[in-house]
Amino acid sequence: MKTLVWVEHDNSNMADATLAAVTAASKLGEVHLLVAGSGCRAVAEQAAAVAGVGKVHLADDAAYAHALAENVAPLVVNLMGHHDAFVCPATTTGKNVAPRVAALLDVMQISDILSVEGEKTFTRPIYAGNAIATVESTDAKLVVTVRGTAFDKAEATGGSAAIEDVASTGDAGKSSFVGAEIAKSERPELTSAKIIVSGGRALKDSETFESVIMPLADKLGAGVGASRAAVDAGYVPNDYQVGQTGKIVAPEVYIAIGISGAIQHLAGMKDSKTIIAINKDEDAPIFQVADIGLVADLYKVVPELTEKL
Amino acid sequence: MKALVPVKRVIDYNVKPRVKADGSGVDLSNVKMSMNPFDEIAVEEAIRLKEAGKVEEIIAVSVGPAKAQETLRTALAMGADSAILIETDAEVEPLAVAKILKAVAAEVEPGIVILGKQAIDDDSNQTGQMLAALMDLPQGTFASKVEIDGDSVNVTREVDGGLETVKLTLPAIVTTDLRLNEPRYASLPNIMKAKKKPLDMKSPADYGVDIAPRLKTTNVSEPPVRQAGVKVADVDELVAKLKAMGVA
Ligand SMILES: Cc1cc2nc3c(=O)[nH]c(=O)nc-3n(C[C@@H](O)[C@H](O)[C@H](O)COP(=O)(O)OP(=O)(O)OC[C@H]3O[C@@H](n4cnc5c(N)ncnc54)[C@H](O)[C@@H]3O)c2cc1C
Ligand SMILES: Cc1cc2nc3c(=O)[nH]c(=O)nc-3n(C[C@H](O)[C@H](O)[C@H](O)COP(=O)(O)OP(=O)(O)OC[C@H]3O[C@@H](n4cnc5c(N)ncnc54)[C@H](O)[C@@H]3O)c2cc1C
Repeated sequence: MKTLVWVEHDNSNMADATLAAVTAASKLGEVHLLVAGSGCRAVAEQAAAVAGVGKVHLADDAAYAHALAENVAPLVVNLMGHHDAFVCPATTTGKNVAPRVAALLDVMQISDILSVEGEKTFTRPIYAGNAIATVESTDAKLVVTVRGTAFDKAEATGGSAAIEDVASTGDAGKSSFVGAEIAKSERPELTSAKIIVSGGRALKDSETFESVIMPLADKLGAGVGASRAAVDAGYVPNDYQVGQTGKIVAPEVYIAIGISGAIQHLAGMKDSKTIIAINKDEDAPIFQVADIGLVADLYKVVPELTEKL
Repeated sequence: MKALVPVKRVIDYNVKPRVKADGSGVDLSNVKMSMNPFDEIAVEEAIRLKEAGKVEEIIAVSVGPAKAQETLRTALAMGADSAILIETDAEVEPLAVAKILKAVAAEVEPGIVILGKQAIDDDSNQTGQMLAALMDLPQGTFASKVEIDGDSVNVTREVDGGLETVKLTLPAIVTTDLRLNEPRYASLPNIMKAKKKPLDMKSPADYGVDIAPRLKTTNVSEPPVRQAGVKVADVDELVAKLKAMGVA
């Protein structure tokens, strides 16, 4: 089987999520990568260096600069003439583009796979991860998105694939990019952080979140996450949200502070290696999944913890 | 212009789903069912567009069992004008739902279709994007802001790194994210009024759509359960554990 993997990037750097998708694709067959962007040859070079990659298709055109689904889907559909499976990281870009491609190919997509069980058989979470379904496709071609935390990352070096230019399918004329507010942070990115400190509704406001959570995160070199309640209340921006409808994370250590542990939150972090919970309510559901729990007032113990580390 | 709002009847988000012992699926007997939370947000957004004079008429549509009429009545009580149920007891996959919605849209001719970004049962996150592909229309997924301006719409999207705004020509497909709005509760008088609003009953065959599934679900199982661990008495003990793990 020949697979085509979507490379996630910002036109200069390939994102790590790509490497997990490469691992998933390599379980299906030969791995080709697609770099669609504008002025993105550097990304294609990084992609060509990934271990185990057979070929890199480079589509460099202004129409692809922001990965607008209307413009990139026809490009992918063309390439799928010579590939059997389209494999996307389950990033917001992948989730936006893959179903559009699937419908154009008249294929039912398999979302957020956790494992490859056979040529056309996969497991995937349903009901916020409260159940795991094994699904088999009967379609001629496959379209899958890959949960990044479920697969090891392929080696970023060691490969030397050829880069082949692909003709642009142009601008569909239906959509245009207006602007973006992308948060710049010195902290590790949530989906690749080894340690995450997460805060919930108990943090009161953005100043309190900043003064209680951030110093601990800085001390540990950790990424910072939040519950939906904390995001909705405006303590932190939306890209901090961990959960069923936010980011799925699986760090070595996840520290949940003032988070009750609603199933929607657990859906995003319960595969973390070690979970530590600090909550003043000893019956909070978060303690049912925590490896280490501390029942205490966070305002007392978090500053103390930061100091003693 | 008209707004078409597809709504799905799903397990209530407060219910913890139980997997059936025989691995055939999730046990939905005697379980509270509600409108998919993202679809409530979609209905609310359509109503706000109507209140702002951008939309004249709101049509809610659902594909599902007879009981999904309740879900549509909820949409009508919130403020939708009419509803269509495409009745089927089969499990309809997103691709087939999108094909049915395309056929509905061909009759309704909406200027905007607002869907949820994902249904909280199957978590597929596909239907809106597929509908956009089949109708050859632009898509504004994971929306946290929708601004209609003449013959185009600006959609602010929740993306991994933050927010992104795209401009789409109308008609367009929008899928809602959590922070787009806070859905209203239907008032009692509006619930009464909703009983008199038109609700059309159709079947997938009326639209000539083949809903045969493309995916076979061969097994549904419980995820590995995590065992609760230990409680520590104080910060010193926590620090000691962290040090033992090599974290600090
Ligand atoms: C245990 C289990 C077993 C299953 N087995 C099968 C099977 O054997 N065969 C099969 O075909 N399917 C099966 N399904 C899938 C089917 O039940 C799902 O409803 C279908 O895949 C839709 O996915 P989704 O709702 O997550 O779509 P999403 O793409 O996440 O939905 C996004 C949005 O699309 C709209 N939408 C989606 N569905 C509808 C609808 N019905 N009516 C109106 N609007 C809608 C809503 O606005 C919704 O917010 C199974 C699901 C489960 C949980
Ligand atoms: C469709 C849908 C999707 C959702 N998706 C997500 C998602 O992706 N991610 C997500 O997180 N949520 C999601 N939610 C929301 C989820 O249901 C919960 O509402 C949310 O996770 C609660 O956040 P919280 O734990 O911060 O707040 P609360 O549940 O209010 O918990 C606050 C906790 O802080 C503790 N506390 C208070 N004061 C102190 C103190 N001084 N010291 C120590 N502890 C203290 C309390 O004991 C309590 O346990 C979703 C909901 C819906 C309906």
